[in-house]
Amino acid sequence: MLKDQDRIFQNLYNDLGSDVISSQKRGDWVNTKELTNKGRDWIINEIKDSQLRGRGGAGFPTGLKWSFAPKEVNSRPHYLVINADESEPGTCKDRDILRFEPHKLIEGCLIASYAVQAHVCYIYIRGEYFIDGQKLQAAIDEAYEKKLIGKNAAGTGWDLDIYIHYGAGAYICGEETALLESIEGNKGQPRLKPPFPALIGLYGCPTIINNVETIAVVPTILRRGGKWFASLGREKNTGTKIFCISGNVNNPCNVEEEMNIPLKELIEVHAGGVIGGWDNLQAVIPGGSSMPLIPKEKCETLTMDFDSLVAEKSGLGTAGVVVINKDQDIIKCMARIARFYKHESCGQCTPCREGSGWMWRMLERMAKGEATKDEVDMLGDVTTQIAGHTICAFGEGSSWPVQGLLRHFKKEIKERNKFDPIVKENKNIPYLVDQHLLDKNA
Amino acid sequence: MSLKRPAKDQPENFEFNSSSVELANNIITKYPKGKQQSAVMALLYIAQKQNNNWIPLAAMKYIAKFLDMPYIKVYEVATFYSMYNLSPVGKYFVQVCTTTPCMIRGANKLVEACKEKISKNESELLHDKNCSWMEVECLGACVNAPMMQINDEYFEDLDKETTLRILDKILNDEMPKPGSYRGRTSNEPENNRKTLMDLKNA
Repeated sequence: MLKDQDRIFQNLYNDLGSDVISSQKRGDWVNTKELTNKGRDWIINEIKDSQLRGRGGAGFPTGLKWSFAPKEVNSRPHYLVINADESEPGTCKDRDILRFEPHKLIEGCLIASYAVQAHVCYIYIRGEYFIDGQKLQAAIDEAYEKKLIGKNAAGTGWDLDIYIHYGAGAYICGEETALLESIEGNKGQPRLKPPFPALIGLYGCPTIINNVETIAVVPTILRRGGKWFASLGREKNTGTKIFCISGNVNNPCNVEEEMNIPLKELIEVHAGGVIGGWDNLQAVIPGGSSMPLIPKEKCETLTMDFDSLVAEKSGLGTAGVVVINKDQDIIKCMARIARFYKHESCGQCTPCREGSGWMWRMLERMAKGEATKDEVDMLGDVTTQIAGHTICAFGEGSSWPVQGLLRHFKKEIKERNKFDPIVKENKNIPYLVDQHLLDKNA
Repeated sequence: MSLKRPAKDQPENFEFNSSSVELANNIITKYPKGKQQSAVMALLYIAQKQNNNWIPLAAMKYIAKFLDMPYIKVYEVATFYSMYNLSPVGKYFVQVCTTTPCMIRGANKLVEACKEKISKNESELLHDKNCSWMEVECLGACVNAPMMQINDEYFEDLDKETTLRILDKILNDEMPKPGSYRGRTSNEPENNRKTLMDLKNA
């Protein structure tokens, strides 16, 4: 288990208070000026040395991302945008940072803004987190009052304004370019890349977009050194990470742990074990709903980091671990996830708009045992028709969980759906109709 | 993609009251000059708050003029995002999360409770317009599942019995206490904490 002094989010459980004075006692804002005085290159190199990878799901190296920002500011200003549109089912870590460690985030914003030469930072918070957003706003107001941000922020000589922008219940706005569209006052539909936001982003200006957790760990990394961070975890999968363990466990919780921690330790030690005991485990979704599930046999030895999960054809994603025990109907669970993606598809690309609803309808039938003979293969076919054929990664996100189900639980599906070669009764199955006609809310 | 339809009965006019105008002008200053369109989402929230938690078409027209942008773009935004209510909802607007992490911890019991207490169907207004409920997608409190949202507040760690108690309160026009109904104040593992113990005991 990670030593307590190596935990970055000391106030994850709000033992100490989230206001600026308590945060300063924990070491936030102590020598911000000294850090920025060492210069941009030092900051970016230190982050590169730490091998910090983005905590929002894709795991892109943060130092590298920052180095994409133009070195000189021309006529177009630079922007820093923080992605707090946490909507991935199974994930609730950013919420705890917003409400319990807001000053880590704000200080991180200042340092990152300085490193990428931005004077304005927008924090995009999902609309449902209104109360938590208000807590962050209170912390921002405190920081302004103490001159930690604003003109000559914290004595660094850098001017920074931080504004909160609330989303309004669209999962897709967690995709970085959809998020920019949303800030610009449009529908949140992703843009084609390239151009990448680092060159042409918000209002057509160079923009760096990072997840809340990524930015919030930056000040600590700079204080303790990139080497310290890199010494935790393993090569290319370094540092600590907040894991959210939900679902059928005795004590669902958020916990900050070292990367590469065994999944079994997370579940058994921190989350109090699976309900009904380890043998009652059926499968685990390791990184938020878009990552393919992992069956029990592999959970015994699995370690939680980016690369070891990719080796299992899954991914760390947001590290939202959803534990599913044998009391649950796994097909139904995945059908519900498919319904989520059907609801959240932005409708821009045809494969995703039509395919997400199609997958959901097939899975619902499979859960009831009403699927026709060719549908299991058809389901797999639809997933491959979606993944890789859309503008953004939502296509992959919606089809991977279904692929995971087919990979590990095909036997269950086949057993339930008896595959009578002659369809005896007309089940009145709609084929390719507009999905909104089937939407119960329509 | 969810489909949203504006209400049939629409008011003729809509205007911001003075405090809304002040709020709106304040928000516009957050964005660069000439990019006032960015404020459209915030202004829709303001309109929704002022108009009993739903947005009439007249408000979208008003906001379009206010921000000097085409009406259809405001309409586009208002219909795209799920948190804008385009038809009336209850004074207490109950949203039950039923996505997988909540589902496997018994979100259907919460739905049952809503059906028993409020209305058989989703999004149905009671005759006194006090309450309505609907199922929503993940609200991002999976560690506190199952949970629901009433207006801005989260109600966490629920079961059927506590949900019925909460619903009884709102049916009596009282706002129940938000937060966890098992007494949790954070996302620490209940009675099983293994980390940061010095701070806990300090």
